[in-house]
Amino acid sequence: MLELQHVSYDVNDEGGNKEILKDISLTIEDGDFLVVTGPNGGGKSSLAKVIMGINKPTGGKILLDGEDITELDITGRAARGISFAFQTPVTFKGIRVLDLLRMARGKQISIAQACDYLSRVGLCARDYIDREVNGSLSGGELKRIEIATVLARGTKLSLFDEPEAGIDIWSFQNLIRVFESIRQSVQGSVMIISHQERILDIADKIAVIEDGRVVRFGPKDEVLPQLLGTASAMNMACDRLE
Amino acid sequence: MLDAIQRHLIEEIADLHTVPEGAYNIRANGKLDSRRTTANIDIISKTDKSGIDIRIKDGTKNESVHIPVVLSESGLKETVYNDFYIGEDCDVVIVAGCGIDNCGVHDSEHDGVHRFFIGKNSRVKYVEKHYGQGDGTGKRILNPVTEAYLEEGAHAEFEMVQIKGVDSTVRTNIAKLAAGASFIVHEALMTHGQQTAKSLYTVEMNGDDSSADVVSRSVARDDSVQEFEACLIGNTLCKGHAECDAIIMDRARVISVPKLEANSVDAALIHEAAVGKIAGDQLIKLMTLGLSEEQAEEQIISGFLR
Repeated sequence: MLELQHVSYDVNDEGGNKEILKDISLTIEDGDFLVVTGPNGGGKSSLAKVIMGINKPTGGKILLDGEDITELDITGRAARGISFAFQTPVTFKGIRVLDLLRMARGKQISIAQACDYLSRVGLCARDYIDREVNGSLSGGELKRIEIATVLARGTKLSLFDEPEAGIDIWSFQNLIRVFESIRQSVQGSVMIISHQERILDIADKIAVIEDGRVVRFGPKDEVLPQLLGTASAMNMACDRLE
Repeated sequence: MLDAIQRHLIEEIADLHTVPEGAYNIRANGKLDSRRTTANIDIISKTDKSGIDIRIKDGTKNESVHIPVVLSESGLKETVYNDFYIGEDCDVVIVAGCGIDNCGVHDSEHDGVHRFFIGKNSRVKYVEKHYGQGDGTGKRILNPVTEAYLEEGAHAEFEMVQIKGVDSTVRTNIAKLAAGASFIVHEALMTHGQQTAKSLYTVEMNGDDSSADVVSRSVARDDSVQEFEACLIGNTLCKGHAECDAIIMDRARVISVPKLEANSVDAALIHEAAVGKIAGDQLIKLMTLGLSEEQAEEQIISGFLR
């Protein structure tokens, strides 16, 4: 179980101090499939990065299974069972897909095991295993490999930052299937940041973040109908049009 | 017979744990240690200067020749001239390399001058690894020179690796290509401490449809200094590509000097160079997989130099 208690996150930029997250309190229970949505610039990605330890909160506490992990760095949180799929996957020179999956798993896995993770995200494993994780792969391919690294980790909390971003409509259909299968197979909790109604539709719970605050949080059946026809829904529609 | 230190050096530079298959010539501390020739590959000591001639018969396929050099005596300095005469229609692998162990106070230096005369339609893979060890104050110096002359339709692939322990190196490489010849170089270089390394490539494409691809990946750490200079000369219809990617760390310096010389309207030449520190998002990504910052750095570097 992950608990955020009064978490805030400020940044200093040219315009002075800016509050990105304001007094966020949120609990992700074991086995939750939570989708976080809300307008762009509202603080969703910052929240995920605060949970992973990439951004350091300026206030509040983060507890994982009762342990205060607020001061832990990225590696420490990864070791305790948090994974993160980046919105824009990172590319490398010389590191192959197989290397990345092995690092994710934390041990020497066989090629067959690595292929299994790739197959689960809809990639024909044999074509990819020896490819370098670089710009020669398309945005959709990189995105799936990114998701495969999180599957390979198999941690108690998996965070996905806009998995649909940069994916074409055909890949998107497959992506939904990937998340439906994650929904069924992953034992731990999942938090997905998404604007997509079809992803919202497979959630257990939905949190809406606007202007750095959680403005709605609850079971999908309660939150989704409220969202439709609201400013958030308008924003989601506008995002889609963009 | 090689001693334990020399055997370790051989393992580092040639991945050899036992006597290699095929032809070989092992040189230790300035002297011939052992040699084997085959029906198709002959090795003859030069009489006018230090070095050997390696003669490979026409049509020799799937054979290899290893010519490692090890120096474990402090203060030894030598220049060795090795000439490879590769016949037509061959397909061979040549593994060279030099390992220096210097525990003394005097500088040890090995300068190998390798010339390759590659016959028509032959394919050659050349692997050269350089390695240094030893805790003496004497420097470990290697100044290799390669010259490759490729006849029509010949193909050469050079893999040049220097990852550890060489204090000072100047690598000078020249290639001249006839029609239809292709030349590929993969260089991997890492310097640390106060080391200096200079890599100079000059590739002349003289025949129609010749091509060259020179790729250098390097990591400069601590106070080391690296210089990479690639000059591609296109004298006719040809394609040339040179790429220098370097990761710079600590207080190191990297100088990359591109030079393209197109002497024909049909010459297509490209040079790419990128020097920068390890990207922060690469470190973060690997740390999210559970690696510490140091482990992430190590993985990024070893992938980069692969």
